[in-house]
Amino acid sequence: MKKSYMMEDLDCAHCASKIEDAISKIDGVNACHVNFLAQKMTLEADDDKFESIVNQAIKITKKIEPDCKIQV
Amino acid sequence: MTKKQKRKLIRIIVSVILTAIAYFVPTIGWIRLVTFAIPYLIIGYDVLLNAIKGIIHGQLLDEKFLMSIATIGAFATGEYAEGAAVMLFYQVGDLFESMAIGKSRKSIAKLMDIRPEFAILLQDGKEEIVEPDEVKINQTIIVKPGQRIPLDGKIIQGSTSVNTSSLTGESLPVDMQEGDNVISGSINLSGVIQVKVSKEYGQSTVSRILELVENASSKKAKAENFITRFARVYTPCVVVAAILLAIVPPLFIGLSWSEWINRALVFLVVSCPCALVISVPLSFFGGIGGASRQGILIKGSNYLELLSKIDTVVMDKTGTITKGSFTVTAIHPEQVSEKELLSIGALAESCSSHPVAKSIIEAHGEIIDSSRIGEIKEIAGKGVLATIDGTRFYVGNSKIMELSECDCHDCHLNGTIIHIASDSTYFGHIVISDTMKPEAAEAISSMKTLGIKKTVMLTGDKEGTASVIAKEAGVDEYHADLLPEDKVSHLENCMSESNGVAFVGDGINDAPVLMRSDVGIAMGALGSDAAIESADIVLMDDKLTKLPLAISISRKTMSIVRQNICFALIVKGLILLLGALGFANMWIAVFGDVGVMIIAILNAMRAMKAKKPKE
Repeated sequence: MKKSYMMEDLDCAHCASKIEDAISKIDGVNACHVNFLAQKMTLEADDDKFESIVNQAIKITKKIEPDCKIQV
Repeated sequence: MTKKQKRKLIRIIVSVILTAIAYFVPTIGWIRLVTFAIPYLIIGYDVLLNAIKGIIHGQLLDEKFLMSIATIGAFATGEYAEGAAVMLFYQVGDLFESMAIGKSRKSIAKLMDIRPEFAILLQDGKEEIVEPDEVKINQTIIVKPGQRIPLDGKIIQGSTSVNTSSLTGESLPVDMQEGDNVISGSINLSGVIQVKVSKEYGQSTVSRILELVENASSKKAKAENFITRFARVYTPCVVVAAILLAIVPPLFIGLSWSEWINRALVFLVVSCPCALVISVPLSFFGGIGGASRQGILIKGSNYLELLSKIDTVVMDKTGTITKGSFTVTAIHPEQVSEKELLSIGALAESCSSHPVAKSIIEAHGEIIDSSRIGEIKEIAGKGVLATIDGTRFYVGNSKIMELSECDCHDCHLNGTIIHIASDSTYFGHIVISDTMKPEAAEAISSMKTLGIKKTVMLTGDKEGTASVIAKEAGVDEYHADLLPEDKVSHLENCMSESNGVAFVGDGINDAPVLMRSDVGIAMGALGSDAAIESADIVLMDDKLTKLPLAISISRKTMSIVRQNICFALIVKGLILLLGALGFANMWIAVFGDVGVMIIAILNAMRAMKAKKPKE
């Protein structure tokens, strides 16, 4: 499954690439791309684990960039 | 300004005033510490909080953490004014940065402003405004003057002129009537039209273009990967250097501890790689966005980078250099006038749907008087036998002339020759050929001006036709009589001799060559899914002049990328050097961090402004 999410207050380009790296490493994620300029994340992951992956992604984002929120 | 930015601005103003007061009021000792600590906390509390959160989450070495350490360090060494001012300066820079990013985001969004907002659905005679993605195939929509056409489809009622400039960059409106296909994203200018939808919104041209450009940034160029790798190494290295600088020299060289700690703090402030990390992708995105405004879709930053490096352009002939449609280029009558010859040809071919027949009918241009036509017999691969005004005519290639008893002449011109004769008399012939695009020669010469070393034309056509077109267009080299697989091997030859080869074709029957080349460019792609799919770069209309334009956009973008990388590295390097020697203070260091970033962002924005094509 492939889905896009808006990322509110994503203000740091370096953080965006860190977030992208970290989410890509979650088990079950096939591809993750954080577009800093569009403030958008595209996540491609296994269907059955998708929900838990999104939750993990939100946590990771919060860790790396506390201001940034993923809008689900 | 957003709310967040406004709040920050107020904090900055308050903090500036308080810092100024603290600076000019003569106090000493802990009172001085407190007077500076108040504006420091007002302006920097969020940075400090985020730094603490970062530590808890194990995110050391982020910008906020470094800035906190640097300013706390300044306070610890008694430089209260500097500590407060550096935090202030950092926040001012941060505000500018977020405004600059916001502005570039907006300009890019504007660049991409081809998304239709609504569709007017016509159902049971009633109009209803719906979201474009709710409309299904075969439903009818109404588009009024001034509105954006929301979905691809065919006009079933009304006529209008349409502006496709946001898709193709071509500002000349196109006239459209019943039966013509309209493309989503273009703007209806003059009349009310009813359109039968042929594709759902997700599959329509406008969504595909938007998706393509938005995703372009996920295909990263080498320059971007370099920066990402560099950023990973740079920050830890500088931080380690800062620690060493604070500890080692005082033990061996002397000078006070606070002096060396101050120098180390300078290191920490410039250790953030954000200027590079943001400005490089921003430049690429700007370049890709600016190009799309001109009807040039670049599918990834990597292709933009490759395009800037090519020195050889290989082109397909039909549809790229030539129009790919047949037109009558010469009429050589004997016995009769040109007009009469053409009219016999048109009458004879009036029932045929062959491209050759169509071109003759088109050149004739008048309404066919079918009462003059008697029996018509088509002979496949040869031509037609037609009775016109009671006389039997042979119309076709030299093979059909064998049936007639008269002699026919060959023509000195290249192209398809259609002979016309009766049983006993030869009337002459009509020459039909594929004509060169009017702008082809200009496009090729401007590529030369751009420093493209070699231009090559490949074609499956005969040597004679190919050589004429090659000469007219001004290409350096041509290869005729090629089978599709020969095209690939010729392309590979070119690739082995050059640094980068772009192949340009119409994307329909040259997919293998498009894929094999360093950069595959398909043109005339508006409405053709196959071409958009198989190419790396897509020229939405069929003007070859878009190609030199694309090359110059790519080069400009790459030069901006290089400028930004060099500028940031040199400034940061200098500050590190001066900082280590004790010549750079915290102020300069903050400039090295946020100042460089803002300049780099502003520079990156230039990539968006693609040069307007010359009229």
